[in-house]
Amino acid sequence: MALKSLEELANIATASGDPFWCVVLKEDIKERQVTKEESFAKMEGMYLAMKEADKQYDGKLRSRSGLSGGDGQRLNEYLDKGESLCGDFITTVMMRAVKMGESNACMKRIVAAPTAGSCGVLPAVLVTMEERFGFSIEQMTQALYVAAGIGEVIAERAFISGAQGGCQAEIGSASAMAAGAAVFLYGGTTQQILHACAMALKNLLGLTCDPVAGLVEVPCIKRNILGAVNALTSADVALAGVKSAIPPDEVIDTMRSIGSMLPKALRETGEGGLAISPEGIKIMEKQQKE
Amino acid sequence: MSLFDILGPVMVGPSSSHTAGAARIGYICYKLMDEPIERAEIGLYGSFLATGRGHGTDRALVAGLLGMKPADERIPESFELAKQQNLEFSFGRADFAEAHPNTVKLNLTGKSGRRLEVTAESIGGGRVRIRQIDGLEANFCGDYATLIVHNLDQPGHVAEVTSMLAHKSINIATMQLYRDGRGGHAVMVVECDREVPEESRKWLAHLEGIIKVTYLSMEE
Ligand code: SF4
Repeated sequence: MALKSLEELANIATASGDPFWCVVLKEDIKERQVTKEESFAKMEGMYLAMKEADKQYDGKLRSRSGLSGGDGQRLNEYLDKGESLCGDFITTVMMRAVKMGESNACMKRIVAAPTAGSCGVLPAVLVTMEERFGFSIEQMTQALYVAAGIGEVIAERAFISGAQGGCQAEIGSASAMAAGAAVFLYGGTTQQILHACAMALKNLLGLTCDPVAGLVEVPCIKRNILGAVNALTSADVALAGVKSAIPPDEVIDTMRSIGSMLPKALRETGEGGLAISPEGIKIMEKQQKE
Repeated sequence: MSLFDILGPVMVGPSSSHTAGAARIGYICYKLMDEPIERAEIGLYGSFLATGRGHGTDRALVAGLLGMKPADERIPESFELAKQQNLEFSFGRADFAEAHPNTVKLNLTGKSGRRLEVTAESIGGGRVRIRQIDGLEANFCGDYATLIVHNLDQPGHVAEVTSMLAHKSINIATMQLYRDGRGGHAVMVVECDREVPEESRKWLAHLEGIIKVTYLSMEE
C-alpha cells in the first residue's frame, strides 16, 4: 500500500504531472484491481449519497435516546433570517453539519466519512461549496479522492476511530480531509492541500472522545460544526500562502502519539470528559433506566 | 484498508460498529441460514449490551436477520417488520470469559426447524468477523463465498472438500481448520473466489463423517 505519506503522494504528483486526486485514484485502481471508470463511479456514488442524505434531513425526527433532533431546523430558520454573525455561507455549512449529525443519530442513511460520528464534516463543506460556486459533480468527485487520500494516509500512520485515538482521530481527520478537498476545489496547489490538511489537524490535536451515555450524539453532532468550519478556515489560510510550521506527515504522527497517550477514559468508553459531567451522568442514568 | 473504508460505508446511523456492523452480522446469519428465520435468541455482550439500545444495535440485528443490509432505511422499523414476517426474537445478555467488546451470540431456528448458532463481533467501520458457528471456532469476515464444513475429526475430509472444489475449478482464497478437542469434531472454513454450487454442497453433506455443511453465498 503506497498511501503511507502525504509528502510521498505529493512527490508522485509532481514527478508524474498528475493532479493529487489522480494519484489517489491510481492507487485505488492498483489496490482494488478495478478500472478507472469503476473506481470513479463508486466515488461519485459516495458524493451523491452524501447529497441525498443532506436532502433527506427531517427536522421533526428525534433520536431514540431523545437527546437530539431539531437543531438543524433551528439553524435553518436562523439562516433564513439572514442576520447570522458568521454570514450565510458559513452558517449554511454549520447547518448542514448539524443536520447530517442529527440524521445519523436518528437512524437515517448517511455516509461514514471517515466515521458515522464525523459524517457531517465533509458533506457540510462540499455540498455547500458546490451550491455556492457551481462546481460539477465530476469536480466534487475529484475532491472526494483528495479527501479519501488524506484519510487513508491518516488511517495508515495513525487512526481514524475515537476508540483508538480520541475525537482528534474522527472529527480531526474529517476536518483535515475536508480542508484538503476545499483547497483543491478552490484551485489551490498540492502543497496548499497538504498544508491546509496539516493546519486543520493541528487545531484539533488532543480532542477527546467522551460521548455522553456512550451514544454518538453529545458532543458528536455539534463537533461536526467545528470540523467543517475549521476545514474552511484552514483552507483559506493555506490558500493565502501560509504554511504549517510542522510538516503534514509529522502532524499526523503527532496525532498518533497523542492518541496513544490519551487515557482509556477519553477514548469512547464514556468514562471520562463530558460523559462524566454531572449532567452527563444524569443523562446516562436516565438511559439505563429505560 | 481501501479508500472506501475511509469514505463509506453508506449506512443507516448512528454507529458503524454498533449499527452497520450489527446489521451486517444479522445479514450474514440470514444468508447462512438460507431459509426464513422464525426464532432468534440474541445475546449481547460488552459495549453491544451497554449502549446497544441507544445505537439501534437491536433493531439493526433483527433487520439483518430479515435480509436487510446496513444501508436499508427500513432498519429503524425492523421490529414491526419482524412481526409481519413471523420472526420471533428475544434479547438477553451473553457471557464470555474474554471477547471483543462488540460481540453478539445468536441462536436461530429456521422455518424447516434448521438450527444455527453464530457468535460474531463488529470490529469497526462496519466490518465484522464471525467467530463461532454451532459452538466451533471459525474466523471469517463474510466478504467471500464461504463454505463451512463440520465433520468428525478423522482423516480424509479435507481432501474430500478440496478435491470437490478443484473438480469444480473453484479457487480457494483462504482455508482454516479447527478441531474441538473434546467432542471429536472439526471444522473447515473455506473462503472461495467463486460460488460453490448447491449440488456440490449437497453431495458433501451426504458423505459419511460430515456432520453439517453451512454456506455463505455472495449472491443477492
Ligand atoms: S466524541 Fe467520540 S464518538 Fe463522538 S464524534 Fe468524537 S470520536 Fe466520534
